[in-house]
Amino acid sequence: MKAIITVVGQDQVGIVATVANELKTLNINIVDISQTLMDHNFTMMLSGEWDDQVLSFDAAKTALEALGAQSGLTIRIQRQALFDAIQKL
Amino acid sequence: MESRSILETIQMVAEENLDIRTITMGISLFDCIDSDGEKARQKIYDKITTSAKDLVKVANQIQTEYGVPIINKRIAVTPIALIAAASGDQDYVAYAQTMEKAATVLGVDLIGGFSALVQKGFQSGDRKLIASIPQALAETSRVCSSVNVGSTRAGINLDAVGEMGRTIKQIAADDPVNCMSLVVFANAVDDNPFMAGAFHGVGEADRVINVGISGPGVVKRALEQVRGQSIDVVSEQIKKTAFKVTRMGQFVGSIAAQRLGVPFGIVDLSLAPTPNEGDSVAEILEEIGLESVGAPGTTAALALLNDAVKKGGVMACEHVGGLSGAFIPVSEDAEMIRAVRAGRLNIEKLEAMTAVCSVGLDMIAVPGDTTAAQISGMIADEAAIGMINNKTTAVRVIPATGKAVGDEVEFGGLFGRAPVMAVNASQPTKLIARGGHIPAPIHSFKN
Repeated sequence: MKAIITVVGQDQVGIVATVANELKTLNINIVDISQTLMDHNFTMMLSGEWDDQVLSFDAAKTALEALGAQSGLTIRIQRQALFDAIQKL
Repeated sequence: MESRSILETIQMVAEENLDIRTITMGISLFDCIDSDGEKARQKIYDKITTSAKDLVKVANQIQTEYGVPIINKRIAVTPIALIAAASGDQDYVAYAQTMEKAATVLGVDLIGGFSALVQKGFQSGDRKLIASIPQALAETSRVCSSVNVGSTRAGINLDAVGEMGRTIKQIAADDPVNCMSLVVFANAVDDNPFMAGAFHGVGEADRVINVGISGPGVVKRALEQVRGQSIDVVSEQIKKTAFKVTRMGQFVGSIAAQRLGVPFGIVDLSLAPTPNEGDSVAEILEEIGLESVGAPGTTAALALLNDAVKKGGVMACEHVGGLSGAFIPVSEDAEMIRAVRAGRLNIEKLEAMTAVCSVGLDMIAVPGDTTAAQISGMIADEAAIGMINNKTTAVRVIPATGKAVGDEVEFGGLFGRAPVMAVNASQPTKLIARGGHIPAPIHSFKN
C-alpha cells in the first residue's frame, strides 16, 4: 500500500522525528519526503509504503491521527491515486 | 508528485468544501413486476437490498482511504408507476413503504423513483401513483418522488400540470416540508444522481453507479485569484477548476463501481450548493461581479458559469450525464437566502435564471395561500422553458401553509431553510382548467 501523508502545524522542535518515529513503529517505509515553512506553518509531505496485509489502512490512519492530536499537528493520510487523478492528465 | 499539487488538493477538500455530493446506485425493477402487488413488493425489497448491500460500506471505505467526503449514498429505481401498473393495486403507498424499508436497512440517505412519466399521457399506473404521492411522502422520510409532465419531443401534458398543482397543495396541507421530496420535471433525465428527482430510466442497464459532485467553494476561491480581469479569464479559470473537481468525481465513481461490481454510469457536472458558508453558487455569481445575486446581469453571469463548468468537466470524465448544470435551490444556498431576505432576488428573476442553468424553481417557499392553479402555472412556465430550450427544468416549490411573505420554512441539514417568496397574485385558473396537451414545438421534429 502506498499513501501520501501530510503534516501541518505550528513549527516546533522535533516534528520530523516525532512523525518518523511513529512511521518506524508502524513499519511504514518513507519513499519520499519534503518539508517547508509556509506562513510559520510547518508543512511536510511524505510518501509512505507498507505491507497492508500486516497493517490495514484504517489502523495506519487511526494511529497517525492520534499522534496528530497528541502533538498539536494535523496529520492526513490519503492514497496517492486521488492526487494523480485530480492533478495529472 | 509536486508538493504544491498535493497541498492544493488537500485545500480543496479541507477548506473549500469540495466533496462528492452523492454516489447513487440506479437499480432496474423491471424484473420485479408481478400481477400480485404483495409479491412485486417482496421482489423489489429483495432486489434493492441485495444489489446495494455494500453501497454504504464501499462509500465509507473510499472516504477513509482517499480523504474525500462522500456526503450521501442514494438509490434510484425504475419509476414505480411502470412497475406497479401490472398489479391490481389501487393505491401505491405500500410501494413507497417498501422503498423506505429497503433504504433504512441499507442505511442509504435517500431513495428516488416513486415516479411517473406522463409527458404524453397517462398509462393505468400513472394516476394511481400521483394520487398516492401525498400519503407516500407523509409516511416515509427517505422516499423521493418525481413526475415528468413535459418534454421537447412530446409537449406538455396540461392535465398532469393541473393535477400536480393540486397534489403539491395537498402535500403542503399535511406538512409543507414533505414538498421537498417531490419534483415536477420537463425533460427529466434517466441517469440523474441528484434528489429528489433521481429515478432509474427505462433504457438504463440493470444496475449502474452515477456520481454527483459538489464544489461551488472551490470555484469561488479560484475566481478570487482573477479579480478585475476580463470575463474570458473568468471563463478559463472556471473551466480549469471544473476539470479538477470533475476528475475527482470520475475517480471516486470508477473506484466505487469497481468495488461494487457494477458498471460506472456518469458523472453529473452540477455545482450543487449546501447551506454551509462558502459552499454557495450565488457567491460565485457575486465574485464574477454582481453586488448581489438577482441584480441585472445575474442571468448572464450564470450562463457563463454553467457553460464553463460543462466545458471543463466534459473532458475530465468518460461519460457525462444527469442534469449537469449549476443548481440554484434557494433554501440550500446561504447567499441566495440572504438575497431573498434583502429583497434582491424574486421568483421572476429565478425563473429567468432557470433558462440558462439546471434545474428550475428549486426549493422555493411560497405563501400558504398560493392556489393550486398558481402552482400549476409555475409548473407550466418552467415546463415551457424546458420544452422550448431542449433542457431539463423542474419545479420544487413549498407552499408554506399558514405562512406569508417574510416568514421562513426550516428543512434542516443539507436542505436548509427557505424564506417565503411573493408570487404574482393574478390567477391562471382558466388556462389550467382547459386541460389537454400543449403540442410539441416545431424544432422537436428533427427526423
